[in-house]
Amino acid sequence: MALLNIEDIRIEFPSRRGTMVAVDGVSLSLEKGEILGVVGESGAGKSTIGNAVIGLLEAPGRLAGGSVLLNGERIDTLTPAQQRKVRGRRIGMIFQDPLTSLDPLQTVESQLVETMLVHLDLSHDAAKKRAVQLLAQVGIDQPELRVQQYPHQFSGGMRQRVVIALALCCKPEVIIADEPTTALDVSIQAQILDLLKKLCREEQVGMIIITHDMGVIADVTDRVAVLYRGKLVEQGPTAKILGDPDHAYTRSLISAVPRPDIKLKRFPLVTYIESVRTPAQPLDLATHWLGQRRDFGKRTDGPLVQVRDLSMRFVLKSAFFKRNQRTLDAVKRVNLSIGEGEVFGLVGESGSGKSTVARLISGLYTPSEGSVTFGGTDLTALKGEKELNPFRRQIQMIFQDPFSSLNPRMRVLDIVAEPIRFHKLAASEAETRRIVADLLDVVGLADRAAERFPHEFSGGQRQRICIARALATRPRFLICDEPTSALDVSIQAQILNLLKDLQEELGLTMLFISHDLPVIRQMCDRVGVMRHGELLEVAETEALFEHPQHPYSQHLLGLMPRLQSMSREGLDVVG
Amino acid sequence: MIARIAPFFTRAADSDLWHSFKRSPGAIVAAIVTLVIVLGALFAPVVAPHNPFDLASLSIMDANTPPAWEEGGSPDFLLGTDDQGRDILSAVMYGSRVSLLVGFASVLFSMVLGVTLGLISGYAGGRVDSFIMRIADVQLSFPAILVALLIDGVARGLLPRDMHDQLALYVLIFAIGISGWVQYARTVRGSTLVERNKEYVQAAKLIGIGPITILRRHILPNVMGPVLVIATIHLAIAIITEATLSFLGVGVPPTAPSLGTLIRIGNSYLFSGMWWISIFPGIALVALVLSVNLLGDWLRDALNPKLR
Repeated sequence: MALLNIEDIRIEFPSRRGTMVAVDGVSLSLEKGEILGVVGESGAGKSTIGNAVIGLLEAPGRLAGGSVLLNGERIDTLTPAQQRKVRGRRIGMIFQDPLTSLDPLQTVESQLVETMLVHLDLSHDAAKKRAVQLLAQVGIDQPELRVQQYPHQFSGGMRQRVVIALALCCKPEVIIADEPTTALDVSIQAQILDLLKKLCREEQVGMIIITHDMGVIADVTDRVAVLYRGKLVEQGPTAKILGDPDHAYTRSLISAVPRPDIKLKRFPLVTYIESVRTPAQPLDLATHWLGQRRDFGKRTDGPLVQVRDLSMRFVLKSAFFKRNQRTLDAVKRVNLSIGEGEVFGLVGESGSGKSTVARLISGLYTPSEGSVTFGGTDLTALKGEKELNPFRRQIQMIFQDPFSSLNPRMRVLDIVAEPIRFHKLAASEAETRRIVADLLDVVGLADRAAERFPHEFSGGQRQRICIARALATRPRFLICDEPTSALDVSIQAQILNLLKDLQEELGLTMLFISHDLPVIRQMCDRVGVMRHGELLEVAETEALFEHPQHPYSQHLLGLMPRLQSMSREGLDVVG
Repeated sequence: MIARIAPFFTRAADSDLWHSFKRSPGAIVAAIVTLVIVLGALFAPVVAPHNPFDLASLSIMDANTPPAWEEGGSPDFLLGTDDQGRDILSAVMYGSRVSLLVGFASVLFSMVLGVTLGLISGYAGGRVDSFIMRIADVQLSFPAILVALLIDGVARGLLPRDMHDQLALYVLIFAIGISGWVQYARTVRGSTLVERNKEYVQAAKLIGIGPITILRRHILPNVMGPVLVIATIHLAIAIITEATLSFLGVGVPPTAPSLGTLIRIGNSYLFSGMWWISIFPGIALVALVLSVNLLGDWLRDALNPKLR
């Protein structure tokens, strides 16, 4: 008999507009010491299943059918009080964000001890002793000392270790980890995943890892269940699912994952996701509005963008006297140059200063030191908006979060038309509308899109609108700041394809920022590696991925999930 | 034209706001009461049985008539008359005109002032922000009614006597308006601080759009939600403030009485048994303020489900 049995469950969210079925007829089982991966894209219902198992479905959601058995015992029909005893005691939980899943007002010790006292028959002293042991077990140095500290004194990765200790403290039979590493950097992600794997083996705990990340699945799981829109499409051993999937959805999902090991010409067209009209023929720049660039100033032979000794110091705490001020050097003396028509990648972990570089180049921030030269003109020497305006048009940016980068109160037409109207790029309102319709067509959105509001679109479609807005100034240089990190892999593949096509057709120069090495490999000609505000290494993409020079680059690349076993069916490999 | 309006109504009928409205009886009753009073005030010249401002139609013979159902009452004067023979029902209708006018105008004034200062404060930050917020703090340390009294007093002192009666209404609107801007400014400043860091504002900056246009076109529409809720609740407060000032005799002149003035006039007759002169305007005032307040509370809950 399996440790945990989820049989044919159906979860509904009734509302006045009808009942939304979040999970329909899903059956899963978990053995002792086994790691089961549940994978799917946003809205597939994977977190909902996890919450249903532990009885934490958010109202008005309800379990409408099926059963959940823990060691042969039904736990879905328990009263809330009985469920509380199962939760924490027999089923431990690890949530996505270690920042919010610990109580900031209590020391780590009191949180661990409290949980143990509630669930275990332990004396206070024994619980304290066990708390220290647990911290040592999850790999925290000096556990006797650290146990007295508050959550804010731990770094993100350390905090996630504390959360794991908290999940383990009552020796649960099952642990449910909901996106346990999504909020963490790659290097910490690798450590946490190793830890989870080790603990599962040692303690003989069954674990369900809920994730959208194929890399995580490939790294740690024994078996995988693939969810699509609330339905289980496929389930089996990890190697089988990744290497030779049966279902068409799984196949397209896997082919959309950016490959770390090979460079593709473009991502295969994925079926099974939101349909997008792809323009039939490539743009003819000679006749197209986007091709009629004007007044770009003098052309120079040198690189289009030249950054010299760029530094940015943020004042964290302002004070009257300089010595009382606290500052942070977000960017330290960065030098780089980007040639016309080149795609330059910047990669680094969070806090490495890559987004700050983008904002400095685009002019959103003014650098503390150094200069940015664009097409031979020193932008940092320009005074006021008047002089900057011609350059504003040539430099555009695509942001990370498609949900906050569109004004929710404006129609798509007005959003995309704003730069055209502002810079008077069209002769009349009718022409503006025609251009907007055309731009939306270029990014693959239907004609009706212009009349609608941003909230009516999905994340991927919103990112397309952002691209259309950026193109509306007919830019020469496009900065993409993590353009796909908020999107599902299949949508990411589409957006990256679109960016690739546009880059080639329009001859755009691009600065592409990402923390995701595989994405960088697919998109960029040259790459710079950043850490703590410093640019450590710049190299041709393939050279960097095959022979990294700097130790940190080697370290980063070593952490990249290999995904060797993944199916290569239908991929369009370069070289 | 109709084709453009029709989708608005279908959208409105399908919206969560309308749905929540249909299911809260308090809000429905409050809306009906407000609507009746507002319509009565708006169409007073057409609906009211008498014109209390037409001195020629007043007769001292009708003075102090009790309500129609009391002994000595007359069906001509449903709610009785005051000491000068004015019909109370008509006076209440004309009076709520003044009350509502002062209420709406001063709320509008507060809103424009507060939202503008809040936007500037939140967007500019630094010294400008500190300066505006310290003024707000200073003003908050005085009760609103005191500020209004102060401004009214100063205006009385500055303006010549004969101009004062003409300008009394505007002075009152200004005084009540000034006393209420702080709440708007603080709320809007808070929302602006959030919105200005959103990426759509950065995108607008990258296009090259100037700060004034960014504030007007991008930030303003996104911070107006809470402002409308404050405005509804503030409307009730403004009407009460006006009534209080008028009751104290520093509000609108008795030649064009508001509800507060009517209550004050009736106040001196309360003990001689002529209760109707101040009670009926009082009831109208309470009904109006209460229902506007209830509407405001409902709106706040409906727009912010997390509060419940």
